[in-house]
Amino acid sequence: MSAVELENLTLSRGRRTILANVSASIGEGEFIGVFGPNGAGKTTLLHAILGLLPPASGAIRVFGKPPGNGTALAGYLPQKRSAIGDLRLRGWDLVASAYEGHRWGPPVLGSRGRREVAWALATVEATALAERPLSELSGGELQRVLLAQALLGKPKLLLLDEPLISLDPRYQQAVVELIKRVQGALGITVLLTAHELNPLLGFMDRVLYLGHGRAALGTTEEVITSEVLSRLYDAPIEVLRLNGRIVVVAAHGGEVEAEAHRHDA
Amino acid sequence: MLEYDFMQTAFEAGTVVAVVAGAVGYFLVLRNLAFAGHALSHVGFAGATGAVLLGVAPFWGLIAFTVGGGIGMGLLGDQLRGRDVAVGIMLSLSLGLGVLFLHLYTTYATQATSLLFGNVLGVSPENLWDMLVLGVLTLAFLTAIARPLVFATLEPELAEAKGVSLRLIAVLFLIVVAIAVAEAVQVVGILLVFALMVGPAAAALRCTTRLKSGIALSVVFAVAETWAGISLAYVTDWPPSFGITLLSSVVYGLTFVPRLLPRAARGDA
Repeated sequence: MSAVELENLTLSRGRRTILANVSASIGEGEFIGVFGPNGAGKTTLLHAILGLLPPASGAIRVFGKPPGNGTALAGYLPQKRSAIGDLRLRGWDLVASAYEGHRWGPPVLGSRGRREVAWALATVEATALAERPLSELSGGELQRVLLAQALLGKPKLLLLDEPLISLDPRYQQAVVELIKRVQGALGITVLLTAHELNPLLGFMDRVLYLGHGRAALGTTEEVITSEVLSRLYDAPIEVLRLNGRIVVVAAHGGEVEAEAHRHDA
Repeated sequence: MLEYDFMQTAFEAGTVVAVVAGAVGYFLVLRNLAFAGHALSHVGFAGATGAVLLGVAPFWGLIAFTVGGGIGMGLLGDQLRGRDVAVGIMLSLSLGLGVLFLHLYTTYATQATSLLFGNVLGVSPENLWDMLVLGVLTLAFLTAIARPLVFATLEPELAEAKGVSLRLIAVLFLIVVAIAVAEAVQVVGILLVFALMVGPAAAALRCTTRLKSGIALSVVFAVAETWAGISLAYVTDWPPSFGITLLSSVVYGLTFVPRLLPRAARGDA
């Protein structure tokens, strides 16, 4: 059974069609990098997999079931984050807030909840970090605590939206390695959206590249080619490989990813 | 000083209000809504003076307006640009209306002062009962929504993904704030609500990194500041609101000098 199955999937936001007629099958235990220009629908796709956005047509199946029922199977790390980085609250309480946080009642965990939070923090090696106030954590450390939060409920699928954004390259590498380790240890499927390919090379099993409503799923060699990307960007694209790194440039000049990155800054 | 009935009532009323304000205030500061709390009390001014004009007890006008204002602000949502401007304009309109109502009902000049600056020494035993019942209900309600409230406050995007309605939580919480504000006005008045709702909570957030210790410490600060403020008033004959605001500022200021605080109270040692 595949972890995520997209079948002739069309997703729209309002009148805008984000993805049109996309089919793809992601196997259990795969590490998938999700790429594409801004507005290509990376976040929208994750929302649809979480069951937050019903398909306009076609179907999504998460471990064989329509999403929504499967929400508990999916751990989610949203991209947009409020100003929690300024809070003098310890990481433990942040992680704990997500443990059955949707239920009414006082914010008391009970011993099962405390065990679960401790397990999630230990899995990402953030037990000591979680005692420190969020305001004193670096971007990479905060990301680690947030990853623990996504692991609550022991999901079989992790949806990570831009976990590397605004991290400097050293931390990017550490976060990717950590995600890979956690994935291996727990045997879970990971979908990770990102702007830059290079930090993820060697960690991803396959690449899902979105653009202009279309999608391409395959190995890096299959997808990151001038031919496939030109089709997805609807513009001539060149792919250069230098010392094991990949640079994607628009044929008229300018690095595509760097450009995309600036939009977000 | 407790041999006087009015002093005893003042201490009891002050305690009820401080417990509620301290607990609610912690979430208010955590949600970065200090200004909304301030604005809500001003909205209450129009309600309170309007009630006097109609011959109703000002407390009920106050609470009707703060709750109405709270629901309005919650529905406005915090995504809206220029929200502070909208709230600020509502705030000044309410004070303007309050002035008009006072003008139309001139015999109540002292009423205006106690509304604006509080009069904890004037709380009657019947008022005390109302305040106690309302306070207990407010805390019970806060407890019932606290879990999704914390989740929605810290991780709105994730909470929404897990099915928490951010708008519902915002409205429910601002209703709690509105009632807490109306209670706090009895002690420190409309203009000084910050002293009880924001000061102790902000100080607590600086002293401990734990959520539950933070709530507890906020309540402890609020109660201690209120007691000390009332005692100071007894000794000096100055208004209790002055003592409470003074202590609220002093405690907050002290949190910037961590070495003066005992290690245990810092919590994050």
